[in-house]
Order: sequence, then C-alpha cells, then structure tokens
Amino acid sequence: MAIGIKVMPRPVTEVSYVRATLKGMALTFKHLIDPHKVTVQYPEVKWDLSPRWRGTHRMLTTEEGTAKCVACGLCPTVCPANCIKLVPGEDANGNRYPLIFEIDEFRCIFCGYCQEVCPEEAIHLGRHYENAEYSRAGFVYDLERLMAQTHPVCEMWDPADPKGE
Amino acid sequence: MSVAVLSCLVNDCSQPVSPATFVWIFPVALAATILKMLVVFTVYMVGVALLTLAERKVSAWIQDRHGPNRVLKGWGQPLADGVKNFMKEETIPGMVNRPLFILAPALAFIPALCAWAVIPFAAPWDSPWGRIDMVLANLPVGFLFTLAIGSLGVYGIVLAGWSSNNKYALLGGLRASAQMISYEIAMGLSTIPVLLLAGDVSLDRIVREQAASGWHVLSLTIAFFIFLVAAFAETNRLPFDLPESESELIAGYHTEYSAMKFSLFFIAEYANMVTASAMMATLYFGGWTLPGLDGPPYTGLQTILTLGVFVAKVLVFLFTFMWIRWTLPRFRYDQLMALGWKVLLPMALAYIVIIAGSTLGLDALGLPRGPRFGLAMLAENVVLLVVVFVLFDRGRIVGPASHRAGTVELARLRVMPPRPALGAPASEGAD
Repeated sequence: MAIGIKVMPRPVTEVSYVRATLKGMALTFKHLIDPHKVTVQYPEVKWDLSPRWRGTHRMLTTEEGTAKCVACGLCPTVCPANCIKLVPGEDANGNRYPLIFEIDEFRCIFCGYCQEVCPEEAIHLGRHYENAEYSRAGFVYDLERLMAQTHPVCEMWDPADPKGE
Repeated sequence: MSVAVLSCLVNDCSQPVSPATFVWIFPVALAATILKMLVVFTVYMVGVALLTLAERKVSAWIQDRHGPNRVLKGWGQPLADGVKNFMKEETIPGMVNRPLFILAPALAFIPALCAWAVIPFAAPWDSPWGRIDMVLANLPVGFLFTLAIGSLGVYGIVLAGWSSNNKYALLGGLRASAQMISYEIAMGLSTIPVLLLAGDVSLDRIVREQAASGWHVLSLTIAFFIFLVAAFAETNRLPFDLPESESELIAGYHTEYSAMKFSLFFIAEYANMVTASAMMATLYFGGWTLPGLDGPPYTGLQTILTLGVFVAKVLVFLFTFMWIRWTLPRFRYDQLMALGWKVLLPMALAYIVIIAGSTLGLDALGLPRGPRFGLAMLAENVVLLVVVFVLFDRGRIVGPASHRAGTVELARLRVMPPRPALGAPASEGAD
C-alpha cells in the first residue's frame, strides 16, 4: 500500500458489541425520559437578546419628531459595506438635515460602525431580527421607515466597561 | 373435498367439520373473517401512521427535542403527512423502466400487509354464533407463511432500485437483496428451535405451548436474540439500514420516488416492523397470553384483555426498534455480511443442535413437557448467554476495521511511520 495508513491497535479482546450497545441504550433512554428539552418554541418563546445585539437599523428622533441626523456624512464614510446613501440638505437657519437617508439592509454587514461614529447618536442598530418583505426593494429602508421603527436599540460595546456591567 | 378446504379457511383444519355443521357455520365464519379483515386492516394502517409519529417523537425525546407538536398538538401530524404526500406532484424520471417503477412500491407494500394474516392477536371468542378465532387465517403452515411472504418484500426493493435507472438506487437495491437474503437464513434457522419445542409451525399451537410451559424467550433465549437481530436486518432498520443509508446512497432504492410512491415504501417499512414485532411477541413472548390469562372460558372480556396484552407486547418491540435506531450507528457493509454469515448463521445452527440434544436428553430423563422442562431449558440458556455475551463477545461479533486485515498485513501497516504533522520538520515526524 503506497499510502501510509495508520492502523490503530485496538484491544480486540476487550471490545464488545452487545454490552456496549446496552450501555448506549441506557444513555439514550436517560435522555428519552429527561424532561429537560433544549428546543425553544420559537414563535411563542423567544431568546433574550444580548443588549449588544446588532439588528436592523433605527433612526432616533428629536422631541419635535424630526430625525436627529445632521447629515454630517460620517456614517456613509465609515460604512465598510457602502450601504448608506446620504444626500444632505440645509434649511433656512443653516441647519443641515438629510434629504435622502437610505440604508440597504441587504448590503449591510451589521458591524455597528455607523452607530459608533454618529456624533448625534442618531442612527442606531436595533435589537431586532424578524424581517420579512415581499420584494428585495423592501429592504432598502428610507428615512421615514428608519424613524418609524420602535424596537430597542443596540448598546455599543464600551471599552471602559467591557463586560457590560 | 371442497368442504374440507373451505373449513380450513374458516376454522382449524385439524378438526374436520361435518357438512351439516358446515352449512351452518360457514356464513358466520365468513362474515367474521370479512369483518376481522376490515378491522385489522384499518387498525393496522392507522397504527402504522401513528408509528411514524411515534418514531419522530421518540427520536426527538432521545435527542432532547420536543418533536412534532403543531398539528393538533402533534397528533394530526400523520394526517398532515398523508395529505401532503397525496397532494404532492409525482415525478417519474424519464429514463426509468416505467412498468416496474410503478409496480415496485406495490410489491413492497402488499407483502408487508399480507404477513399479518396468520398472527393470532387475541384469545378466541365463544360468540353466540360459534367460536371465532382472533386470527385472519389460522393456516396450518403458520410462521412459514410469514417467512415466505416476508421474503417477497425484497422484490419490491430490488425492482425499485433496478428500474430507477440510478446508480445510487441500484446500489441500494443490490445491498437490500444481499442483506435480506443473508439474514433470512439466520431468521429461518432461529425459528427452528421454536418448532422443536412446540412441535408445530402453527402459530396458534406455538402460543398454547408457551402458555403451558413458559415463554420461549426463557427457554430459547439465543434463538430470540438471533431472530431479533435478523428482524432488524429484514426490516432495513438501523443499525442495518444500508439499503437506504442516506449518508452514502442519498436514499438508496427509493431515491427516485416521490409523493405517495415514496410513502408506500415508508409504510411498508413500518408495516414490516409491526409484523416483525408481532412475530417476536408470538414466537418468543407467548403471543396474546399472560400467565393466568390463557385458557377457556373464552368470553368477550377475555378476548379484549388478551388483545390488550398482545398490543402491549407488540408496542414494547416497536419501541425497541426505535430505541435501537436512535442509539446505534450504521454497520459497515462487511460487518453486516460478517455478522450474518459468520456469526448468526453458525450460532443458529449450533443452537439447533444444542436445543435438539437437550430436548432429547430431557425427554430421555423422563422430564414431562411443562414448567419444569422450561426451567431446565432456562438454566441451560443462562450458561449459553454467559458464553456468548461475556466470553465470545470480545471483538468477534462485530469487529473493528483492523480486525478484518490479516495479521501479517496488519503488522506491515503498523510499522509504517506515521505521516509528519503539518508544518513539522519531516525528521521529527518519524518517531
């Protein structure tokens, strides 16, 4: 044989099939009657998400109901997946605001850089994962949709408090 | 003559019925037989459907899961599966041998149902219209019929594998034929000790003989063990599910089947399981009898009680089938063949000799057939069990892969230096 096959020396005189089978059956029977089952009954029961869970985005609003975003352009710059489209505008008082703010949730890699970089704490990732749409276009979230989200937002990792205490 | 044949159909052949009685007994017996057929068929099919649920539940529990619990808390799952299988589109691949491809599921399914016909499932009932045997056909050939019909099942599987025009299916069919034919021999030989003790192949007689002198599982333990293992192989259940073996052959012989045709193979497998369980209960566990629940009077209540006893016994074996399926991994093919031909067959042959010799010896000693006879056999079996499972079962029943290689070859393989680990210098890897 050309290939060096490693043959394990087995203690042939000590192995048994029937006795080992009975042992295995005892084990499986123990699991059979064990009332603890690991399955989570998903639609009825849901996992507790980590506070740092990074799910679909949410734009926080000011007390007047407008987006906190000042269209500084940091998030589209930092975004490694290039999924944020931002067109800034300026109102009569010279305050910048986003004319178009779109996030393509399919392109997004949920790294959380946009939330980390945002100076106004406007864009956040959410603790949310149940998304369904009838078309791919439905996953491009515009500003209105981002503002309308209500799920809790992700808490970013804090270097001063690495374990989240 | 025709009366004799017909009376065989409706009654015990050993008691010839006079033509006068026959005219009176025939309509009742015929009606009872038709009714029994309908009831048994219905219960059997519903039972098989529920078995698929039971299998999924048992597998789930063993794996710490919940199992199906959505349709009517899980109880509607067999129904949902059935509806799904009927509604599904049936694809017949273009290059198959159409007639055989369509015939094969039926050929697997029908013998699985027929085999049940000779199994007595309860005590006879002394009805107001005469005694009614709780068996579909009390054939004098008894379990030979079951063995014969059981071996027909392999045709369905082989034809399915061959007609599919698919290499995986063909391999599955070939494996099935080799496996089922091999284990049929061991299974047939393991029933011969039963025949030796009962002196009859009729299942009714075997049940009564066990009621009189103890269950055969006590007096013929090794034969029961061989029958159990062979039954697993015959029904293609794990650890012998090589005809299907998902990980190697996709789905084996039924790779190309879809919808209800696939479902028929599935039902056939479970029906075979039920039959094998019923055979084990009848041949080795006293059939419908329990100590104290076997003789006349054959009231309706006793029929129902004994039916319960029989069903309970069958359910225990069905659970064992599932339990072992979710415990053991699949055999290698050479292990399967070695077990069938080199272990079970010689063991069964030797056991026939031992049983024949010991019955001869005990008869010569003047021990009457009965409980004491059974105890003497039990003592002998305990000794044999120790020999087989403690002394013999040391890598000989099922051996590791190295066991098969010759000693010279093994020694040559072992002196080969192991390959160096990745990244390590070649010189260091040689030690």
